[in-house]
Amino acid sequence: MYSTKVLDHLENPRNVGKMLEATAVGVASNPVCGDLLHLYVQISDEEITAASFQVKGCPPSIAAGSALTELITGLTVAAAQALKPADVTQALESLPPNKEHCAVLAIDALRAALAQAARL
Amino acid sequence: MTARKIYLDNSASTRVDDEVVQAMLPYFSEHYGNGSSTHQFGQHAKQAIEDARQQVALLLNAAPAEITFLSGGTESDNLAIKGIAAAYTERTQRKGHLITSQFEHPAVLTTCGVLEKEGWRVTYLPVYQAGLVRTEDVQAALTDDTALISIMHANNEIGTIQPLQEIAALIQTRREAGQKHLYLHTDAVQSVGKIPVDVKTLGVDLLTFTAHKLHGPKGIGALFVRKGVRLVSQMHGGHHERDRRAGTESVPLIAGLGKTAELARLHLTERAEHTRRLRDALETGLFDRLSGLSRNGDEHQRVPHIANLNFEHVEGEGLQISLDLKGVAVSTGSACSSGSQEPSHVLMALGLPRDNSYGSLRFSFSKDNTQEDVDYVLEILPAVVEKLRKLSPRLKLQATGR
Repeated sequence: MYSTKVLDHLENPRNVGKMLEATAVGVASNPVCGDLLHLYVQISDEEITAASFQVKGCPPSIAAGSALTELITGLTVAAAQALKPADVTQALESLPPNKEHCAVLAIDALRAALAQAARL
Repeated sequence: MTARKIYLDNSASTRVDDEVVQAMLPYFSEHYGNGSSTHQFGQHAKQAIEDARQQVALLLNAAPAEITFLSGGTESDNLAIKGIAAAYTERTQRKGHLITSQFEHPAVLTTCGVLEKEGWRVTYLPVYQAGLVRTEDVQAALTDDTALISIMHANNEIGTIQPLQEIAALIQTRREAGQKHLYLHTDAVQSVGKIPVDVKTLGVDLLTFTAHKLHGPKGIGALFVRKGVRLVSQMHGGHHERDRRAGTESVPLIAGLGKTAELARLHLTERAEHTRRLRDALETGLFDRLSGLSRNGDEHQRVPHIANLNFEHVEGEGLQISLDLKGVAVSTGSACSSGSQEPSHVLMALGLPRDNSYGSLRFSFSKDNTQEDVDYVLEILPAVVEKLRKLSPRLKLQATGR
């Protein structure tokens, strides 16, 4: 049902937890299923130097948050801004069609974090 | 995936008993006649069908003529509800009223929904936090044109046992007062073979059950229809099953159902005690090892083989998939499960919150499970829960709801 990548992120989620020294935090939620994602980013010289996440949600939401932290670490803010849900899905190999909203949740959290950083 | 394989989803389906498989085999390539044929090939098949009917009747304390074979629980529920409704309309030239509960199996709820579209009125009774229908609610819902009450015997997700005898007594009172054509149907798919199910003691007029929940094959079930109750057939064709269900009988499956019923009757007590011991050991062990844990539905009024537990601050599918990766098969009824984003209608009926501030798992046992299975789950599950809880942005555990 789920790809090996999704199961791997579920078993070994990367970059878990609250980041005390974060530059910005983005929060996204899905009102239908109640999934909630917190994304913490550390930005220096327009580059994302570290990212971490916390999530309350189903396996694809956990995997999407985990994969996103890997995707954005080392990216410029501009490059991160250009990321789309499909990039998260691709990083997970695939998501079942009814779970693609989990990749949207991750990108929503990223955009919220970047918007907060831009206001600083 | 580990080599370990532990199956704790026996309310979904069960392993077919070797004895049941053996009982079916002769009817594939040896006694392959049609049960309606008058030659010896046909009569062999017919004998197998009637032997099976006898076994099912013995299991339910019914008469063989009151047993109709069909494809399973869903068809049985459909025939019971639509068949009684159609008979009511034939008699009165009107659509009437049905009573059911909010947490019935979809086979009942969807069928009631179809009748509603056709002009029937349906009352969906609440089941409250305990997961139990209240007889006074049935009493209050009854009207002069109520044709059928369909209330499950044991709920398939949480296992709570409904007060059928009390409801049957209400019906009896109304019958004596002149409402002769008011009937009680129960979907007993999760209780037959798990607890004593006697159609006379329960006072039901129609009862649904299926083989594959008690170590029989899929695709075969039965409907008990008390003698004298008229229902209109929903499958048209030949004169099979006393004109109740047309279609050539699946002799191998019926023979399998007969053996399943026989074994269920002979081993009822020992299977019930075995599963209760394992189920209770699992619950006690988890309550000892985890906080933020509560039980769904009444602790006492329930079948012995089902445990349904809430884990705070984790989502059910994450638990279920993590357990599956470690070789343990269970099911979840919480949000986002099984392709739907809608939470389980059973858990919603209990009043649980819609968000996934909790995850629910159903563990369902069978005679084939062992104490080692329970020990393994107790060894791995607390760590899985803690790991998933650590991911959660809001970790504030409530007191344990034991």
